[in-house]
Amino acid sequence: MSDMHATPSAAIAEQDIEFWMSKDHHPANGTLLGFWIYLMSDCLIFACLFATYGVLGRSYAGGPSGADLFDLPLVAVNTTMLLLSSITYGFAVLEMQKNRRGTMMAWLIVTGLFGAAFLGIELFEFAHLIHEGAGPQRSAFLSSFFTLVGTHGLHVTFGIIWLITLLFQVGRFGLTPANKRRIMCLSMFWHFLDVVWVGVFTFVYLMGVLP
Amino acid sequence: MNMPDLAKLIFGRLTLEAIPYHEPILIGTFIAVAIGGIALLALITKHKLWGYLWSEWFTSIDHKKIGIMYMVLGIVMLLRGFSDAIMMRAQQAIAFNGNPGFLPPHHYDQIFTAHGVIMIFFVAMPLVTGLMNYVVPLQIGARDVAFPFLNNFSFWMTVAGAMLVMASLFVGEFARTGWLAYPPLSGLAQSPDVGVDYYIWSLQVAGVGTTLSGINLIATIVKMRAPGMSMMKMPIFTWTSLCTNVLIVAAFPVLTAVLVLLSLDRYVGTNFFTNDFGGNAMMYVNLIWIWGHPEVYILVLPVFGVFSEVTSTFSRKRLFGYASMVYATVVITVLSYLVWLHHFFTMGSGASVNSFFGITTMIISIPTGAKIFNWLFTMYRGRIKFDVPMLWTVGFMVTFVIGGMTGVMLAVPPADFLLHNSLFLIAHFHNVIIGGVIFGLFAGINYWFPKAFGYRLDPFWGKVSFWFWLVGFWVAFMPLYVLGFMGVTRRMNHFEDPSLQIWFQIAAFGAFLIALGIGAFLVQLWVSYKRRDELRDVTGDPWHGRTLEWSTSSPPPEYNFAFTPVIHDMDAWWDMKERNAGRRLEGYLPIHMPKNTGAGIILAGLAFVFGFAMIWHMFLVAGLAFVALIVTAIGHTFNYKRDYHIPADVVARTEAARTEELAAHV
Repeated sequence: MSDMHATPSAAIAEQDIEFWMSKDHHPANGTLLGFWIYLMSDCLIFACLFATYGVLGRSYAGGPSGADLFDLPLVAVNTTMLLLSSITYGFAVLEMQKNRRGTMMAWLIVTGLFGAAFLGIELFEFAHLIHEGAGPQRSAFLSSFFTLVGTHGLHVTFGIIWLITLLFQVGRFGLTPANKRRIMCLSMFWHFLDVVWVGVFTFVYLMGVLP
Repeated sequence: MNMPDLAKLIFGRLTLEAIPYHEPILIGTFIAVAIGGIALLALITKHKLWGYLWSEWFTSIDHKKIGIMYMVLGIVMLLRGFSDAIMMRAQQAIAFNGNPGFLPPHHYDQIFTAHGVIMIFFVAMPLVTGLMNYVVPLQIGARDVAFPFLNNFSFWMTVAGAMLVMASLFVGEFARTGWLAYPPLSGLAQSPDVGVDYYIWSLQVAGVGTTLSGINLIATIVKMRAPGMSMMKMPIFTWTSLCTNVLIVAAFPVLTAVLVLLSLDRYVGTNFFTNDFGGNAMMYVNLIWIWGHPEVYILVLPVFGVFSEVTSTFSRKRLFGYASMVYATVVITVLSYLVWLHHFFTMGSGASVNSFFGITTMIISIPTGAKIFNWLFTMYRGRIKFDVPMLWTVGFMVTFVIGGMTGVMLAVPPADFLLHNSLFLIAHFHNVIIGGVIFGLFAGINYWFPKAFGYRLDPFWGKVSFWFWLVGFWVAFMPLYVLGFMGVTRRMNHFEDPSLQIWFQIAAFGAFLIALGIGAFLVQLWVSYKRRDELRDVTGDPWHGRTLEWSTSSPPPEYNFAFTPVIHDMDAWWDMKERNAGRRLEGYLPIHMPKNTGAGIILAGLAFVFGFAMIWHMFLVAGLAFVALIVTAIGHTFNYKRDYHIPADVVARTEAARTEELAAHV
C-alpha cells in the first residue's frame, strides 16, 4: 500500500510505464483493520443499549430505582477488577513483543482471573437484585439495566473463552505471527470492553444513584 | 419423566398441529416444492454432482463463486417473494361485493409480512451482495476478498436465514405484523405464536452474515487495491460498494440490538416495548428505522454504481463528473442517518422535530439529482448502444425520477399526515425499489453475466423481460398512487367500496405483466445457456469496458490476475487499451491463495438448528446447537493451514491457453 502513492503516473516517461507488476504483490494484512471495524459495529450495539437505557432508565413503574438498588462499593471493587485486567493484558502484550512466551501466558492467565472475578461479582449482584424482587421483568428501567450490563458481561464471558483458547494455541503452536495477530485482536476486544464498562459505571451506576 | 414431559423437553411447543394441513394453498405449495426439491436432488444424485457441488461451490472461498451463489439465492427467493405479491394482488382484485377472496385475513397478513421481509432481506440483499462480491475484487485488481473464509460463512448464514423463512411456510406460520414487526402487535400479548419468532431468528441469523460481509468488503476495498489505485481512481461501482458496506456496518448492529430487545420481551418477559411497566413501543420504532432507512440506501447505492458503469460503457465515454458522483455518494451515505423519523411523522414529535427530518429528507434529493444529471451528461454526445443493460438504465432513470418526486412529496410532514400508511406510500417505495434496485440488478446481471459465465445473455429475451417489467411496473403501481390519494390504506385483505375495484384489477394486471417479465428472464437464462456457443465471449471484454474486470478472461481464472495490474487512470482498463498495454506473458510466479473449507456451511447449519429450536422453545436442542456452534468455531481456529500456492507452471499453462484462444478469434 505504501508504494501506491510514491510514483505519480505523470512523472514516469511513457515508455517506462508498468501496467503489470513483475514482483509478487502482497496487500497489507487487513485483519487488524477488519477487527477494528467489527469492534465499531459492536460499539453500535452498546450505543443502542445505552440509548435504550437513556430513554427507559427512569421508568421505574412504581418499582425500585437505581438509588434504592445500587451498591456502589461493590461496583467499585468490580470496576477495579476489570481495570486491573486491562493493565495485566497490557503487560502480556509487552511480553509478547519481547517474544517471552512463558511470562506472556502467565499475564494472560492473571488477566483471565481478574475477568472471572469481575464476572463473579456481577453475577452475585444480579442474583442479589433478582432475589430482592428487582429482576429484569420488574420495570423498563430494570429491563434496560440488566440488558446493558448483562450484554457487557456476556462479552467478557466470550473474551475469557477466547483467552483460554488462545492460551492453548500459544502453548501448542508458540508465538507465531498468526497467534500474535490473534493476541492483538483479543487485546483490542478486551480494552474495548473496559472502555464500555467505564461508560456503564458512569452512566448507569454513578448517575443512577443521583436522586 | 413421563412421555409428554419428554416430548416437551425435546420438541418444545412443536406439535403436529403446526403443520398447516388444513390450508389447501399451503399444502399445494408444499407438494409442488417437495416434488421440485426431490426432482432436483434426484438429478444431482443421478449426475453424481454432490462431490462437485461440495468441493467446488459449497465450501469454496472464491469470491466469484460465492457471488454467483448469492445471485442464485436471490433469484430463487425472488420467485417466492413474487408469489406472495401476485397472491395479494389477486386477492385484492377479487375481494369485492361480498366475495371474501381466497385469503382470510390471518393468511393475508402473513403474506404481506413475508413478501416485505423476503424481498428486502433475501432478494435484494443477496443480489446486491452477490454483485459486490463478484465485481469489487476484480475491479480493484485483487485476487480475493480480505477474509475469504468469512465470506463463505456470511453467505451460508444468509442461506440459513432464508431457510428459516421458508420453513415458516410449512411448519407453523410467519409473523402477521408487517415487515418491521412493530410492538406491541409483535409483543407476546398480541402475537403469542411462533410467527414473530420466525421473523426474529431468520433476521438475526442472516444479519450476522450481512454484517460480517460488510466488514469484509470494507477491509478489502481499503487494503487490497492494486498499486496506483488511489481512492479517487477507484471505479465508481467500487466507491458505491464501499459506502454501502460502511452503511451495513453502521446500521445492521442496530437491527441486531433492537431484535434482541424484542426477543427479550418475548422470551424473558422484560418490558422494553410493552404497554405497561414503563415500556415504550416508540423506542422500537425509532431504533428499527435507524437501521431501516440506511437499509434502503444499502440497496440502492450499489445499483447507482451499476448504472454509472453501464452508462459510461455503453455511451463510450468517461463518466461525467466522477468526483461529484463520489461526493454525492458520500453525502447520501451520511444523510441517510439523519432522516429516519420521516417514517413516522405521525408519531407526534412536534413541529420542530418533524421539520428537521422533513428538511433533511428533501436535502437527500439534491445529491441524488446530481447523479441523474451526471448520467444524462455522460450520455450526452456519447455513442450510445442500447444493449440490454443500457435499456434497464434508461428505464430506471425515467421511473426512478418519478419515485423520487413522490418521495419528496411524502417528506413534507403535513402531506405525510394525509398519505401515511396509504397505498400512495406503497406505490412510492415500490417505485424506487423496483425502478431503482430491481432495474439496477437486472442491468448488472445482464452487464456482468458474460464475465461470470463466458457467454452473453440472449438479448431478445432480455428485451422482452425488460419491457414486461417496465410496463408491468407502471400498470401495477400507478393505480396505487391514485388509490392512495383517495385515502385507501395498506395491508387490507378486502374493501367495502365497489368503486375501488377497477383500480385493483388494473394493478393485478400489472402484476401479471411483471410475472411475464420474470418468466422472460428465466427463459433468457435458459435460451442463453442453449445458445452459449453463439453468445460466447472469448475476448473477456464483450462490451468494450473501462474497468479492470474486463481485462481478465471470461470467466476469470481462480486467481483473477496472473500479474497484479498497476493503475494509472480512473478507467484503468480503458487506459491500458488506449496505450496498448497488452498482456504480460512471462515471468509467472506461484500465486498465494486461500484454501476451501467446510466450516462455513457447518456453522451456518448449526445456526439454523439453533434458530429453529429457539423459535419452537426447544431449549435443550437450542443449547446443544449453541454449544456445538462455539465448539466448531473454536475448532476451526485450530486450523492454521488455510492457504496454498498455485504453482507457476499451472499459471503459465492457464495463461497460455488464453493466449491461444485469443489468437484463434482475432
